[in-house]
Amino acid sequence: MMRPFDPARIVSLRRRLVWQFLVLSAVLVLGLFLVVGWVADRASRASQDAVLGAAVTAITEGIRSVDEGLELDLPYATFSMLGAMGDERIFYLLTVAGQGVTGYEDLPPPPTPATDMAPVFYGADYRGARLRLASVGRMMLIQNRLQPVTVTLGQTRLGQAAIARDTARSAAWAALGFMLLALPVALLAAQAVLQPIRTLADVMGRRGPRDLRPVRHPTPRELAPLLRALNGLIARLRAALELAETFIFEAAHRIRTPLSLVRAEAELALAETSDEATRIRLRRMVRAIGESSRSANQILDHAMVMYRTDQYAAAQVDLAALSRAVLRAIDPIAEMRDIRVTHDIAACIIQGDERMLEIALRNLLDNAIKYAAPEGHVDLTLTCTGTEATLAVTDDGRGLSDDPAQLIGRFRRGANVGDTGGSGLGLTIVTEVAHAHRGRFQLKSGEKGGTCALLHLPLP
Amino acid sequence: MRFLLVEDSEDLAKAVASRLTLEGHGVDHAATLADASHFLGTAPYDLILLDISLPDGDGRDFLVRERAARRDTPVIMMTASASVSDRVMTLDQGADDYITKPFDFGELQARCRAVLRRRDGAVDNRRHFAGFIFDQLGATLTVGDDIRELRARELRLLEILLSRPGQAYSKAHLIDRLFSFDEEVSDNAIEVYVGRLRKKLDGSGARLETLRGVGYRLIPE
Repeated sequence: MMRPFDPARIVSLRRRLVWQFLVLSAVLVLGLFLVVGWVADRASRASQDAVLGAAVTAITEGIRSVDEGLELDLPYATFSMLGAMGDERIFYLLTVAGQGVTGYEDLPPPPTPATDMAPVFYGADYRGARLRLASVGRMMLIQNRLQPVTVTLGQTRLGQAAIARDTARSAAWAALGFMLLALPVALLAAQAVLQPIRTLADVMGRRGPRDLRPVRHPTPRELAPLLRALNGLIARLRAALELAETFIFEAAHRIRTPLSLVRAEAELALAETSDEATRIRLRRMVRAIGESSRSANQILDHAMVMYRTDQYAAAQVDLAALSRAVLRAIDPIAEMRDIRVTHDIAACIIQGDERMLEIALRNLLDNAIKYAAPEGHVDLTLTCTGTEATLAVTDDGRGLSDDPAQLIGRFRRGANVGDTGGSGLGLTIVTEVAHAHRGRFQLKSGEKGGTCALLHLPLP
Repeated sequence: MRFLLVEDSEDLAKAVASRLTLEGHGVDHAATLADASHFLGTAPYDLILLDISLPDGDGRDFLVRERAARRDTPVIMMTASASVSDRVMTLDQGADDYITKPFDFGELQARCRAVLRRRDGAVDNRRHFAGFIFDQLGATLTVGDDIRELRARELRLLEILLSRPGQAYSKAHLIDRLFSFDEEVSDNAIEVYVGRLRKKLDGSGARLETLRGVGYRLIPE
């Protein structure tokens, strides 16, 4: 099922691409901030551990066992080393056999007791600050007893954390800066990516309506499915049009051939019958067939005019030659009715569609012959001024009883046509041809009665 | 006149042929292009009536081949399609005229006459009757040195009467053949043409006789 078309659903690929770029960049900046922060923190902890480890080892080495117990010789160089780490506070604790001897007795003990000279590093919260601690343990002979001595040294890491945060923040700012610099580039890139679509649309837009060749314009590989679908559609359209044309031709053929037979047989029967009632019936029949084929012709003419108007392509038309050709074709019909056709044709070349003009002129002359007086007269005059060509078709028939504008409408016929057959499409066809050529069609009463039809066509 | 009718629908061909015979013409019927070639090879024709779609090909291709071989018997195409481009194309291919099916026999006759008249001199269509010479194409009646012009319906009337001299034709019959079916005509309209033709036949040795209650006939005096 197709969703109803909602203009609010239209998305801009360009906007979408830019949004995706922005969101992705934001995630990247955040990620960079976290990763750089973590790496900087680790790096600073490693250097702090090195200093703490060296300090705690140095302190431990300064412990000596004396008779009264233990003697601690604090190495001052060690403390100046610790001081170099920045404005940090230092805590220490010396324990013997688990009993605090000196320092902060509540300093958190290491997760695993330190047993030899290798320091154990750990972190803990102490007195409202985050501490990094190093602990070293060794066995010492104190008052003849081998006892475990542990030295624990802790240092706050306020400064270190700040440095790590600063580093991360700088990295994030730098990334943000790059992102902002990349934004116009991204816009340009989005444009460039979308350019082939625009080019394809241009190529399609420039095509004439009759141009149903497949699109062969080079497009990126990603657009190939679209192009394939488009070409598939064009091929189906072409097939459908061809089918329609063949169908119209076939339908016309299949209908007209039996109709011809009916007409021919009816005319033969008419020639052979002497019964008046049968004769009247047969006459009516032949007349109806004549009218139906005339209407069919006009409907086809009308369809042709509509079709050619849609794809109007002006070419040079020798209006004088065309007029003579149409007159020649229509002459036998006029002769049949003993109607005299005169003409006064000036040389005239215009820009237009020859087929449409032929249809218009044929319909005008057809009408004039149909409505002319018995043994009457029809005249075709072609005049050519500097700006306009005018085809004037005059007859000497019963003239107009209705408003000419009313007669031009589709399937409209005058009130005074009597029994004369017709579909009422003829004048519509002429009007449409006039409009397609930016001209005018005018119907007025003739000077000496009858009707005058004027087709004005502008010259280039 | 001698026609070659090339048309694949047997029924339509029969009807058209009967109708043309009624007008006093000779008609041969070919149902295929091969038959048509055969007929054209054996007898001369004044005019070919050629359908477009035939079982063994397109009538237009046949026409192109005929013209390429410099055989220029006049051709009227009978088309079932009224499309303009079709018509223009058939004329470009060497057809003398076209007529759209279903056609009015009056129109077909008028077109045949127009085509033959354009091919001036190709066909001698003069008929001698009583003391006059009737030129169908030139639309004249010659009595001695006097050349009298005939209008289209006078000509048609004389054609019909001359196709079977001595036979009586009713008013109704003549109206049906003289006027097209979408014209409004009263039965008396025929009297006008009879009157005119009578005047033109003056001194020709032929008489247009009125048979009361039956119709008209042409007889030598």
